[in-house]
Amino acid sequence: MLSRRRFFFRAAISTLAAEVALHFRAAAQRLPTVRPNDAAAGTSAARAITINVNGVERTMRVEPRVTLLDALRDRLGLTGTKKGCDQGTCGACTVMVNGRRIDSCLTLAVMHTGDRIVTVEGIAQNGSLHPVQRAFITHDGFQCGFCTPGQIVSAVALLNEGKRLDRDTIRTEMSGNLCRCGCYPHIVDAVLEAAGTS
Amino acid sequence: MSQPLVGAPHDRVEGPEKVTGEARYTADVVIEGLVHAAVVPSGIANGRIVAVDDSEARAAPGVIEVMTHHNAPRVSAAKPADSDSLLFLLQNDRIEFDRQPIAVVIAQSLEEATYAAQLLHVRYEADHPETNFDAAPRYVPKEIFGEPATHQRGDPEKAFATAPVRIEQTYRTPTEHHNPMETHGTVAQWNGEHLTLHDSSQWAFGVQRRIAKVFGIDAEQVRVIVPYVGGAFGSKGQMWSHVALAAMAAKLVGRPVKLIVTRPQMFGWVGHRPQTEQRVALGAQRDGRLVCVTHDVLSETSVSDEFVEPCAVFSRDLYAVENYGMSHALPRLNISKPTYQRGPGESTGSFAMESAMDELAYEIDIDPLELRLRNYSERQPDSGKPYSSKQLRQCYARAAERFDWGRRVPQPRSMNEGRLLLGLGMATASRNTHRTAAKVRIRANSDGTVVVACGTIEQGCGSPTVYAQLASEILEIPFERVRFEFGDTNLPEAPLAAGSQTSGSVGSVVVKAATWLRDKIADLGGTIPPNGIVLDVADEPGENDESYATQAFGAQFAQVVVDPDTGEVRVVRFVGAFDGGRILNAKTANSQFVGGIVWGISMALFEKTRYDARTARIMNANLSDYLVPTNADIPNPEVIAIEADDPHINPAHVKGIGEVGITGAAAAVANAVYHATGVRVRDLPITPDKLLV
Repeated sequence: MLSRRRFFFRAAISTLAAEVALHFRAAAQRLPTVRPNDAAAGTSAARAITINVNGVERTMRVEPRVTLLDALRDRLGLTGTKKGCDQGTCGACTVMVNGRRIDSCLTLAVMHTGDRIVTVEGIAQNGSLHPVQRAFITHDGFQCGFCTPGQIVSAVALLNEGKRLDRDTIRTEMSGNLCRCGCYPHIVDAVLEAAGTS
Repeated sequence: MSQPLVGAPHDRVEGPEKVTGEARYTADVVIEGLVHAAVVPSGIANGRIVAVDDSEARAAPGVIEVMTHHNAPRVSAAKPADSDSLLFLLQNDRIEFDRQPIAVVIAQSLEEATYAAQLLHVRYEADHPETNFDAAPRYVPKEIFGEPATHQRGDPEKAFATAPVRIEQTYRTPTEHHNPMETHGTVAQWNGEHLTLHDSSQWAFGVQRRIAKVFGIDAEQVRVIVPYVGGAFGSKGQMWSHVALAAMAAKLVGRPVKLIVTRPQMFGWVGHRPQTEQRVALGAQRDGRLVCVTHDVLSETSVSDEFVEPCAVFSRDLYAVENYGMSHALPRLNISKPTYQRGPGESTGSFAMESAMDELAYEIDIDPLELRLRNYSERQPDSGKPYSSKQLRQCYARAAERFDWGRRVPQPRSMNEGRLLLGLGMATASRNTHRTAAKVRIRANSDGTVVVACGTIEQGCGSPTVYAQLASEILEIPFERVRFEFGDTNLPEAPLAAGSQTSGSVGSVVVKAATWLRDKIADLGGTIPPNGIVLDVADEPGENDESYATQAFGAQFAQVVVDPDTGEVRVVRFVGAFDGGRILNAKTANSQFVGGIVWGISMALFEKTRYDARTARIMNANLSDYLVPTNADIPNPEVIAIEADDPHINPAHVKGIGEVGITGAAAAVANAVYHATGVRVRDLPITPDKLLV
């Protein structure tokens, strides 16, 4: 998980970013319903920003105080990304920014002009589940499902990070995403399987 | 038929929705014209509000209304039944616990509501809060969940006085907050005198009845929709104050209101497991046979409401012992009302009782597993009833074999893994399971598909999957043709999804309905008429529920390593074998057992809500200071389901399995820590400082 401090100094963008962006461009075809909150965007401090979400350029008016998480959920209607704590402690809001996984509750939407964001809605391609998603279902890597979008995005990003993955590495690397149902061993099973097949 | 049905490890039917972000939870609900509410929690734990200056908050951009005790709609916060909770609905100026709701700010956007909530200036008159568990005035409750709080069989006092071996110890467990990943939340919308709530709840019908009482309207005027529930573990079993506050706010502003409880507010008014102090006294023969057990429990409650953590139910219903005594008493503190949390009583009670059993095993130098077998009960000891089924012997045997318990060197601090101390410990698991009345509607469509509808909820236990499996097996049709609908009071009534009772209750009525439909279709010559077949079916507990004791059991084995220099404990292996009756789905059942074990490990090593002793304010109300396990903290628990048919328990032949996995698990870890270190920790959680002595 990218720490808050490191995030602000996001100088080195992984070369993986370009690949990820290409990979997810196809998601453009399936836009979820947009329910802009016009009232919220209407104060004088609001400004227009354009970010690339799941391969699509999205323009919206937001106040500087709006987090990336709330912009995704309330402005773009992408409610797959969850708010578990709003404090950067649980990982339910994990998204990829230029290929790197971060807590979207700890960053402001206005800081992401020009960035490429991938949310859980952008992981499946052309209606076909990503190997990580299929493995989560096969291994029952969730119960209530609330932390699952964050776990999935985190796991997909982890696979892209190119580390050598065994059980213990996965346990450590996935520790930024809490699961209160206690599905951790099954999450590890799922990531292991996806690491072998993707 | 594609696969065998009941018991088969089917993937969850809602899996694709949950892995793609399409699954909708309460906070995801959007309604035209929706506005946002932010609760203002109290900054003191005892006293009254002297003045509220809301001028700055009202002047903030986007703010529609500020609801305080001065202008809140007048409603009823009283308890309709003993099992309900008092609500805190801005009806007066009193404050009795930290983070009690004292105002609600309603604004156009979430950001505006959140910001304006910080602009409310509240002047308090603070009284000294009661925070001392040991010194606070205590009282004896009338009952615990409908049973006597104080109870005795035989003469435990006399038996203890003459027992050849005596163990008498006091064990403590801390306040613990449920912290499901999804915080509580409600979306409220009025249409005239009719109210629609989207709510994250374990019991849509409980919310429907309670909110109707709050507003003095008929339950029929309220519809409660429960989307997917993002975990609950007991905290969403009661209707808490914010649900009514959302509906009051919606009434006040004449618009639909979304109110989502924040993570720090999860430590406020939505319940917690109370801290306990448990005195356990065991009297035994030299060969380990128990002659008496007494279990005296103190558990905290709030100053104006009552919840009893029924710890002694575990010891009452477990071992064959003639003389038994139990009591429960409640110190009143300036805290919010405690509530049931996964395995209420049994999880905390099993920590005390099964730690004491371990102490007895060391005292008389016999194997802890052998000690349990010498006290095995063939009938439920207190009621004298036969068990509907009991496979506990097989649980002990299979788990011990898988764990290789035989390698254990009894002497503490005698096993090592490199420079780390190695410890092995075990404990018994047990949880009463129940069945209550439930209804479903079953519909066969002319295209051969079947819909089973029931107002129960899905919180991760697998309802839409397992009930489709049950129905499709009886109907002899492919699993894929059955769809289970849930989560709405417009559907037939289901009981509270808690207390390990849903699979027995809803499962039984699904069996009844599917059986009726199968016979009906046979009567019609195997055809379904063009307009389909539909029937509402109700089921309630029968004679067997009275004549048999219904309990799930298990055996828990933990292996820990302890760093002798730092006191760090890591659970490196865990084996649990469980008697949960017939397993409806091997995959989802395994997840529930594992989840229970994870909660037990967490209880043993991590969780504790910390109160400031002077102010009664919570000091660790977030997920970085209130520790829950991360992926790296949890080993890969091995779970064995001991399946045996239980035709007596209910028509579905199932025992609830959501809770038995946590029982005994913390004791197994604590006993392993003792074995590793020689230090007996009787005060959870087992933190490094307690081992560096």
